[in-house]
Amino acid sequence: MLELVHISKNYNPGSVNELCLFKDFNFKVNDGDFVSVVGSNGSGKTSMLNIICGSIDVDGGKILINGQDISRQKDFVRQRRIGRVYQDPSKGTCPAMTILENMSLAENKGKPYNLGRGVNKARIEGYREMLRPLNLGLEDKMGVQVGSLSGGQRQALALLMATMTPIDFLILDEHTAALDPKTAEIIMELTDRVVKEKGVTTIMVTHNLRYAVEYGNRLIMMHEGNVILDKAGEEKRTVNTEEIMGIFNRISVECGN
Amino acid sequence: MALLLSVLEQGMIYGILALGVYITYKILDFPDLTVDGSFPFGAALTVRLISDLGVPAILTLPIAFLGGALVGMCTGLIHVKLKVRDLLSGIIMMTGLYTVNLWGAGTGYVPIFNKESIFDNQVLNSIFPSFLTNFKNVIIIFVITMIAKYLLDWYMSTKSGFLLRAVGDNDTIVTSLGVDKGLVKIVGLSIANGLVSLSGCIYAQQQRCFEISIGTGAVVIGLASVIIGTSLFKKITFFRVTASVIIGSILYKACVALAMFAGIDANAIKLITAVLFLIILVISMDRKKVKSC
Repeated sequence: MLELVHISKNYNPGSVNELCLFKDFNFKVNDGDFVSVVGSNGSGKTSMLNIICGSIDVDGGKILINGQDISRQKDFVRQRRIGRVYQDPSKGTCPAMTILENMSLAENKGKPYNLGRGVNKARIEGYREMLRPLNLGLEDKMGVQVGSLSGGQRQALALLMATMTPIDFLILDEHTAALDPKTAEIIMELTDRVVKEKGVTTIMVTHNLRYAVEYGNRLIMMHEGNVILDKAGEEKRTVNTEEIMGIFNRISVECGN
Repeated sequence: MALLLSVLEQGMIYGILALGVYITYKILDFPDLTVDGSFPFGAALTVRLISDLGVPAILTLPIAFLGGALVGMCTGLIHVKLKVRDLLSGIIMMTGLYTVNLWGAGTGYVPIFNKESIFDNQVLNSIFPSFLTNFKNVIIIFVITMIAKYLLDWYMSTKSGFLLRAVGDNDTIVTSLGVDKGLVKIVGLSIANGLVSLSGCIYAQQQRCFEISIGTGAVVIGLASVIIGTSLFKKITFFRVTASVIIGSILYKACVALAMFAGIDANAIKLITAVLFLIILVISMDRKKVKSC
């Protein structure tokens, strides 16, 4: 279980640009949940993910995983149990390294990076088996540098790499936003399959309301650093895109955009 | 013949330095000016070890590497822990090392003509066939350079080496893998400066002296070698990139030798170095532009 308790976060404290994003923010994710997070720009969605992953520090409050406070842990320590896929497809992979090398790197997560051989040749067939269901032809490109792949191919690989090792949380930060509609659809289906297969607790930030409604078992909407809508279980199943769109438009009009 | 041998010897010695610069410049994307200090650091350490402490010549090689690695670690710590910008970290270390090197060697010029060296010691002289005497230096340098190259190739294929490549490529992913990216950078800088210092160690023994001024422009020579090597042999997959860098260094030394041979004043060598580097830089940029069009 992941809990954010009494989180407060100010940007540029003490200057004229001071911005209070979170003030006594509370949020809880149960094990096995697949939470979709929607909200306008600046509502705090990505900041929330960054706070969980340790990419930004909080000014106050606690981040609890199964009751243990991790808010003082360094980002790289926290991310040992977190898999993260970014909006930018180039962030989740190493462009100058081959698919094989990237997957070898990812598979070693959680184990020491010592002087053992970087690529385990015995695993190549296993990697191919993981790539084959993507239907992107990546299994025949093991020796190709990732930088020469398309955005969709890279994002599929990034998703696969983020979930190769046992993790407690999967964090998806608008991971389909930079892709064309068709590729986004493929990546979204792949995401759903991976999440169901591994049963991993997932938080997905998205601007696509349809994805938020279609996928996952819980939907939240954020606005100015607060959760203003939280639908789970049966409520979530019956919600439709128009309804969410309506609420979304109303709050957007309220703040003048 | 003597000229060719001298080009090969110097080219391979600086080739080891270029391997170090390759790690920082190409892999870590870190413009490391520490090199101007760590190259003479290796030389200063070596003359001190040989002339004052009587250490067997062969041991100067690993000691110089470790000494250089320590220097690189300091640059890394300044950059990562004290959050000083990459270029400035190198400049701070380079400036500080000037004094350290003077202290280490004693003065700005220390000859070791009548001392044993890796090129001239009892064990070597007794086993080395006499008909190869003229090629003794070049053979020894070749062997050491190849050992350095293959060790680096091996390291780059390990898990730790993979992380080093990843951190220069996309450091976000290193954090995602649960590893401290700062630590990886420190390791990379240590290995790089270890190689540079090793190169200085061999250089001092080949020249049979230490001179404080050898550090000036060392990083430029390294960069030029890396850029020549990597842009010239981009298409040839037969060579590993480490081999291209060493060949780049030999070609660079050949260019300088040609300039000297053509009768340019020996005092102008640093100017030639700088101008040659500029030319190489501009040419390699042009190639890039054509490609991207």
